Amino acid sequence: MKKTNDINNIPREKFTLVQENRRLSDQKFEDKPIGYFKDAWIRFRKNKGSIVAAIIILIIVLFSLAAPLLITSHSATFMDVYYAKKPSRDLLLSKIGISQGTTTRTFSEAGLVKAVGIGVAAEDRDGSGTLTVAEGLTSYYQPIRSIGEAVTYSEIKGAKPKTVYNDCTVENYLEVGFIYKSIEQAEYARIVAWQEETGIQVLYPLVQNNEYNMDASDANYWYKSKKGQPVTIKASGKAKTVAFSEDLVLEDNYKRDAEGNPVYYEYTGGGTHETAQFKVRVLYYNYYRYLNGAEPEYIFGTDSQGYDLALRLAGGIRLSLLLAICVSAINLTIGAIYGAIEGYYGGAVDLILERVSDILWGIPFIVTATLFQMHLAKKVGPIPSLLFAFVLTGWLSTAYRTRTQFYRFKGQEYVLAARTLGAKDWRIIWKHIFPNALGTIITSSVLVIPGVISSESMLSYLGIVKLGDAQTTSLGTLLSDAAPIWTNYPHLLLYPALVLALLMICFNLFGNGLRDAFNPSLRGVEE
Amino acid sequence: MTKYVLKRILLMFFTLFVIVTMCFMLIRLLPRELPMDANLRKIILQRFEALGYNKPLIVQYGIYLKNIFTEGDFGTSWYIQFRKPALEVLTSRLLPTVLVNLYSLVFSIPLGIVLGIYAAIKKNKWQDQVISTMVMVFVSVPSYVYAFLVQYIFFFKLDWLPLTVYSLADAGGSWLTKKMFISMIAPILALSFGEIASLCRFTRAELTETLTSDYMLLARTKGLTRAQATSRHALKNAMVPILPMIISSFIGILGGSIIIEQIFSIPGVGQLYIKAINLFDYDVFMMDTVFYTFVGLLGGIVTDISYGFIDPRIRMGSKK
Repeated sequence: MKKTNDINNIPREKFTLVQENRRLSDQKFEDKPIGYFKDAWIRFRKNKGSIVAAIIILIIVLFSLAAPLLITSHSATFMDVYYAKKPSRDLLLSKIGISQGTTTRTFSEAGLVKAVGIGVAAEDRDGSGTLTVAEGLTSYYQPIRSIGEAVTYSEIKGAKPKTVYNDCTVENYLEVGFIYKSIEQAEYARIVAWQEETGIQVLYPLVQNNEYNMDASDANYWYKSKKGQPVTIKASGKAKTVAFSEDLVLEDNYKRDAEGNPVYYEYTGGGTHETAQFKVRVLYYNYYRYLNGAEPEYIFGTDSQGYDLALRLAGGIRLSLLLAICVSAINLTIGAIYGAIEGYYGGAVDLILERVSDILWGIPFIVTATLFQMHLAKKVGPIPSLLFAFVLTGWLSTAYRTRTQFYRFKGQEYVLAARTLGAKDWRIIWKHIFPNALGTIITSSVLVIPGVISSESMLSYLGIVKLGDAQTTSLGTLLSDAAPIWTNYPHLLLYPALVLALLMICFNLFGNGLRDAFNPSLRGVEE
Repeated sequence: MTKYVLKRILLMFFTLFVIVTMCFMLIRLLPRELPMDANLRKIILQRFEALGYNKPLIVQYGIYLKNIFTEGDFGTSWYIQFRKPALEVLTSRLLPTVLVNLYSLVFSIPLGIVLGIYAAIKKNKWQDQVISTMVMVFVSVPSYVYAFLVQYIFFFKLDWLPLTVYSLADAGGSWLTKKMFISMIAPILALSFGEIASLCRFTRAELTETLTSDYMLLARTKGLTRAQATSRHALKNAMVPILPMIISSFIGILGGSIIIEQIFSIPGVGQLYIKAINLFDYDVFMMDTVFYTFVGLLGGIVTDISYGFIDPRIRMGSKK
């Protein structure tokens, strides 16, 4: 009661006029109006999963574009058969203990001696043959980084027990060791000059081809051995097998001239003074440095043929994404037009067009893809024919969605109003109804992308699409190359599979986020 | 309803006919590959001549259709199994495909539905978040990536399962032996991940929708507990779209998964398809195409019709 009184008795001086000497009019909005797309963007921003997915997609795309420039120094055509299937190796990263190019394996005694021997021989620059295993183990070129536990056992009861070394860490690039090369005289001179300039030894003594050389084509058997086991030759001329130990001095089998100096090259025949071929034995790691000016570094390792896997991956991603975006754009166009006509006109037009899409819908995709490959791959290439196969049936779902949207909106009052005002069919379709369907269509065309990526990799995995070209590769081809050998070289499968999985997950998350943003009422509904 | 079903079936056969016609023309137009062996080459060429493979395309198609309707003859395998009827080649490979997929479905349907129900009941709690994240991952990643994962874990790390499915001779001459089943576990697992995930996602979506509907509120008001209301009312309604999906996946097991069969070397229909392409055995390729098309179309109409049977509200054939 008292309050009412108070209100009634407000002193006059407390009132001020809202306006005096100026007109009262609507104020302009200071903030910008929020349109359909802005609204969608605001909703999309709130979806953390989709934002993360979008960022990951962006990173993958950037990787695929920038890999040739930033990630590696190799060109896409660079290939090294000796360094095929090697794991990741990066000198900078190896300082923190990853990407060292190492794997863990079990070695037999003979295998271990052979691998350790590479380091011993590399350290023994002048072929003196006096270095112990312990001295070789500390060499920069020693492939064996750590020797695991030795276990001695008999495979079959009664058989001579053998020793294996479990869990040895081995550097796969250095394990290539020595190889024989056939080079010209001028090349030999260049290598010698390079050796003197840099102090890096490339050329090593040749090995005799005698009864103690197990495999004359394998340059890593530089020590005397029988059946793979290192031996020492007694004064009586008898060979005695020696066991592996740190103090062991492997007896060298180097080719020596009359004075006992090791021989570094051998004339193998051919040609004139310039073209004559000489056989030399090179430490491949250093020969690679001589050829390429740098130590081998492959951040993702190398693929089954010896290409840089990072570049192959980048190429695969580029191909998959490009194909997916093309398919998506074409599907969007065809599907939108087809669906719009179907939905807008309805009746007999709809009935006939629906039959056509029913028939196309019924063809299994794998059959379409196969037939297109068989008929067109030779004429227009495998990738365009794959594109045609995707486009032939891919637009159906976009058309279906557009048609549904048109059925929903074509009876609305504003359409009637537009028609009354004399708008043509074409104008009503594109100006008045189509924008309503746009959100759905964009969403569906984003969700097409993961489907295309997975189908494409499946088809190239199965060999239905044969890219088979050094320059073009796809994630599926990388996977199918890796499939028979991946148990020994897991990285060949791991990286493509990981990228594929990431792309699929991220595009699905991104697409779902878009759908929720454009159609909040559809949230959580699965299509 | 009967009228609707009949109409759908007739339409299906019309579609099948058009697709088969197109595929037949396209396959017969392909250049024929002949074996190097001169003797075999002569025999095959003579057989081709006798079977009318050198006549105009339309006549060939007439012969093809006539043989199908009069003798059930879908052509002959020339390279995979020399001069065996293509239909026989196909049916002999049906059992392994069906078995692997059937096992996988039997394993994944209950698991998928239970996980989906659990996620829906615990909506927006951490259990739901975990399940939904897993579902997102498993739905997105293609099945052959799991196939490698399964091989790696169960063959290389644990050594519990063989790398590939045993051949018939290794497993005791039958597809149903225990040894064969064990070797099939790896592909079954690889197939199941995706199936479980998609079923779980679908069930969760349907159930969350029914859980928030008005009749659930009514059921609670009249005194039912949450569990009673969920199992008697929400679940029943949620099953309406789930059941047709399950039915269509049972039809889908006939087709199987080509890539899984390739990875685990299951001698099934999918492997036959790849073999037929690689060996240019076009009659078998045609047979496989007809089969895949038929299975796909059948799955579609069975789903649609089963909708009508399960939910009388959506009998599409009836007049409004």
